[in-house]
Amino acid sequence: MKLKPIFAAMAAVSVFGAAQAAEVEVLHWWTSGGEAKSVAELKKMMEAKGHKWKDFAVAGGGGDAAMTALKARVVSGNPPVAAQIKGPSIQEWAREGALGDISAAATDWDKLLPKVVADVMKYKGKYVAAPVNVHRVNWLWINQDALNKAGGKAPTNFDEFFALADKFKAAGMTAVAHGGQPWQDATVFESVVLGVGGAKFFEDALVKLDAKALDSPTMLKSFDTLAKIKTYIDKDAAGRDWNLATAMVMNGKGGMQFMGDWAKGEFTAANKVAGKDYTCAPAPGTANAYTFNIDSFAMFNVKAADAKKGQADLAASIMSPEFQEVFNLNKGSIPARAGVSKAKFDSCGQKSMADFESTAKSGGLVASFAHGMAVPSATQGAIVDVIAKFMNSTMSSKDAVAALVKASKTK
Amino acid sequence: MRSHSADRWLPKLVLSPTLLASLIFVYGFILITVAMSFTESRLLPNWEWAGVDRYVELFDNDRFWTSAKNLAIFGSLFIVISMAVGLLLAILLDQKIRGEGFLRAIYLYPMALSFIVTGTAWKWMLNPGLGLERIVQQWGFADFTFDWLVNPDKAIYTVVIAGVWQSAGFAMALFLAGLRGVDSEIIKAAQVDGASLPTIYRRIIIPSLRPVFFSVALILAHIAIKSFDLVMALTGGGPGTATDVPAIFMYQFSFSRGQLGVGAASAVMMLMTIMAVMVPLMYAEAKSGAQR
Amino acid sequence: MSVVSRVFLYLILALAALYTLAPLWVMLATSFKSLDEIREGSLIAAPQAPTIAAWGKAWSSACTGVRCDGLQPFFFNSLLMTIPAVLISTIIGALNGYSLTHWKFRGSEVLFTMLLLGCFIPFQVVLLPMARTLGAIGFVDSVFGLIFVHVVYGLAFTTLFFRNYYLGVPGELIKAARVDGAGFFTIFWRILMPISGPIFVVCVIWQFTQIWNDFLFGVVFAGSDSQPVTVALNNLVRTSTGVKEYNVDMAAAIIAALPTLFVYIVAGKYFVRGLTAGAVKG
Repeated sequence: MKLKPIFAAMAAVSVFGAAQAAEVEVLHWWTSGGEAKSVAELKKMMEAKGHKWKDFAVAGGGGDAAMTALKARVVSGNPPVAAQIKGPSIQEWAREGALGDISAAATDWDKLLPKVVADVMKYKGKYVAAPVNVHRVNWLWINQDALNKAGGKAPTNFDEFFALADKFKAAGMTAVAHGGQPWQDATVFESVVLGVGGAKFFEDALVKLDAKALDSPTMLKSFDTLAKIKTYIDKDAAGRDWNLATAMVMNGKGGMQFMGDWAKGEFTAANKVAGKDYTCAPAPGTANAYTFNIDSFAMFNVKAADAKKGQADLAASIMSPEFQEVFNLNKGSIPARAGVSKAKFDSCGQKSMADFESTAKSGGLVASFAHGMAVPSATQGAIVDVIAKFMNSTMSSKDAVAALVKASKTK
Repeated sequence: MRSHSADRWLPKLVLSPTLLASLIFVYGFILITVAMSFTESRLLPNWEWAGVDRYVELFDNDRFWTSAKNLAIFGSLFIVISMAVGLLLAILLDQKIRGEGFLRAIYLYPMALSFIVTGTAWKWMLNPGLGLERIVQQWGFADFTFDWLVNPDKAIYTVVIAGVWQSAGFAMALFLAGLRGVDSEIIKAAQVDGASLPTIYRRIIIPSLRPVFFSVALILAHIAIKSFDLVMALTGGGPGTATDVPAIFMYQFSFSRGQLGVGAASAVMMLMTIMAVMVPLMYAEAKSGAQR
Repeated sequence: MSVVSRVFLYLILALAALYTLAPLWVMLATSFKSLDEIREGSLIAAPQAPTIAAWGKAWSSACTGVRCDGLQPFFFNSLLMTIPAVLISTIIGALNGYSLTHWKFRGSEVLFTMLLLGCFIPFQVVLLPMARTLGAIGFVDSVFGLIFVHVVYGLAFTTLFFRNYYLGVPGELIKAARVDGAGFFTIFWRILMPISGPIFVVCVIWQFTQIWNDFLFGVVFAGSDSQPVTVALNNLVRTSTGVKEYNVDMAAAIIAALPTLFVYIVAGKYFVRGLTAGAVKG
């Protein structure tokens, strides 16, 4: 048969071709200007190491569409090299056997990463994901001019918060700028729970889903507080994107906003300076606590040797101080690893770094519930449904607590 | 007559790929979904038997019932209003209108656009602070309010408004085609008998459009049940879960919440709804077709 | 008809046209405004100082991920996917419709009903099983996979269109041709094709619109190199951070919609004509 050698030659060529163009396909949902620039840094680093970056960007809804695409790819037997997955979802994917072990590239990570971060990245003691950053969720962003007129002091508890909100309201502003989307509702909710009940209560209720904590007077009080905050939100908030709410704080239409520190990226992009145009303060009553939200790339189980090499290089690049600095300056977050210079970060960033370290020691460091760091996606979704319903109806706090307890049993 | 022996099997051969595709990719996949609804599938499919657990969870979920109710409200209003507007426009256009072609193109164009394209514009127009409410207030009607988009009790009606916008033109085209197909002799005869124009429409023309009504209803029902982009772009299912529909429910539970089993169960309920609506419709259509 | 009622008639038609055009006007007006003007001005006001900067950016330099080449490359991906998928599904649909009407056999009606019901399957249901299938046949992550999926799920509609149209062709015509010795394909080619113009237009318009506008299949089955324009548009419009450039968003949306708009406007006349010719019969 003459065909045989031809086939053999073709096979050889294709294997050779594959070895030459080591493609590293990465699924992510960072598509806006600043984020895209940050990911482009990563791409440059990978290309410098001789890999070809294949960009698999799917935006929208905190990765809903991206997760769908990812599942289809895994089911079809062609997973990307890495995908933007975080929190307990990493464990869920690892349990399905979809993730690969990158311990070989992560020999010194135990030293570089704080334990809470490292734990999220590991499955059964092996690293399966690389962290990009740490976001703090429990921030309150305040318009500086409005704050100065109202006394200049950021609220440290909810009594002060409501007093300030009343002043803003009297000045004709929307006191609380908010976007009525379920995840934003949940973001406010978790900061309220943290402020009302403290870190220990937060951990019991929203991380461990302890029925006693969920069905407690403290939780009832949290919902009452949330209901009161609701009265300071304008009626047009439904469906508003979070960055538009941030814009309201910038231009003085809105007084303050509960939002994670990605809001700072928005202020920075608009050339606003912390301490001059806006104030970043811990959400009321949460100065000694820190809800963390870590973005990370989970590494999939790839077989080809060159893909494995690309994966290891990707993990190393993500963890490099250069990338962590550039990326986090753009994004408003802080580096996930130790050993990155603090010099270029602004006052909010430096405060976040200091608080991250101090709360890690004091026990005030807790996983963000609203951003998928605390509980599995199914449970989180069910609880978020309750919060969203509470925010958009006349549901009583008592009914909300009952619904919360029921939702927490979702598996 | 020269007989082509090939002609006996050629038609079947031509149809066989389509048949195969339908058996595998439609009915086969439906069976897979049904099977999955009885399993412990979470993030990815697995085949561990779970009995009716997923259905128990589904029926215990408030959101599922909200979405079913929304589909009922949206579906019926959407179909009825689109048909009414479409028929009205078709009849008006049929009155020897100047610039008919131009108007027809205008009414028809929304069908060419997906809601990924028009979603933002719609959101703005319906938003009280930006769109219609503010504009009318600026015209001097300070008391005018139009806040359905942000009102949990009314938001589903804004979905109807945008849905009708997209589909009424298509219904118009189908009705217009039907009107043009009506035998003009009958109409002339009725006119000679002295019947007025509204009477002619009511008694003769509209009854003869029966099959068109079926086709339009079928297509609109199909759009309504599958509507996903529309709701996603306009409200994202919000405020809260006020405009949730089954297609979104299923999508979120299957793909972003790692509850594939529950998603599959909701898909099965959707498929059963489709059967319950479609089979009588198609039966009626087939029957009326046989009579003709 | 009296003058009054005629004026009234035009008034209703004009109002309906206004309602229909409103979103397009908002999009067009916004796409020609500067960001400052969007912030200050009214939604429906015409642009004071029209600029096409947003259009240029949307087409060739807006970021849709790491790439900042605008919609341009994705636009061609879409063409590459849509044209073959439309042609293949239309041709198969025509042959199917022909077989189902003029070469009836036992079970052909049942077959048709079965196909028709297939139109109604929600696409979210098929994503994962289809992904497995595409993986098995090696079509994953490529434009071929997308074409395949669109053909498979378009067949029910195209068959329906042609079947209803060919029902109107008298059976005697076919019988006479058979008596003259013409075979299956000869009859299709010589007798049915020449009169199929209108229904081809309807079918092509329908399929083109469906496939071009599809997002779900595009996002799930396209590889990084074959993402269609709807996915890129989504990436552009639904970013979660950064200053929103609404003028670019709107220009991009219109660019992504241009081919379907073009098809509707150019072929719209034939659309109603084609429908009249029989597509809506029973």
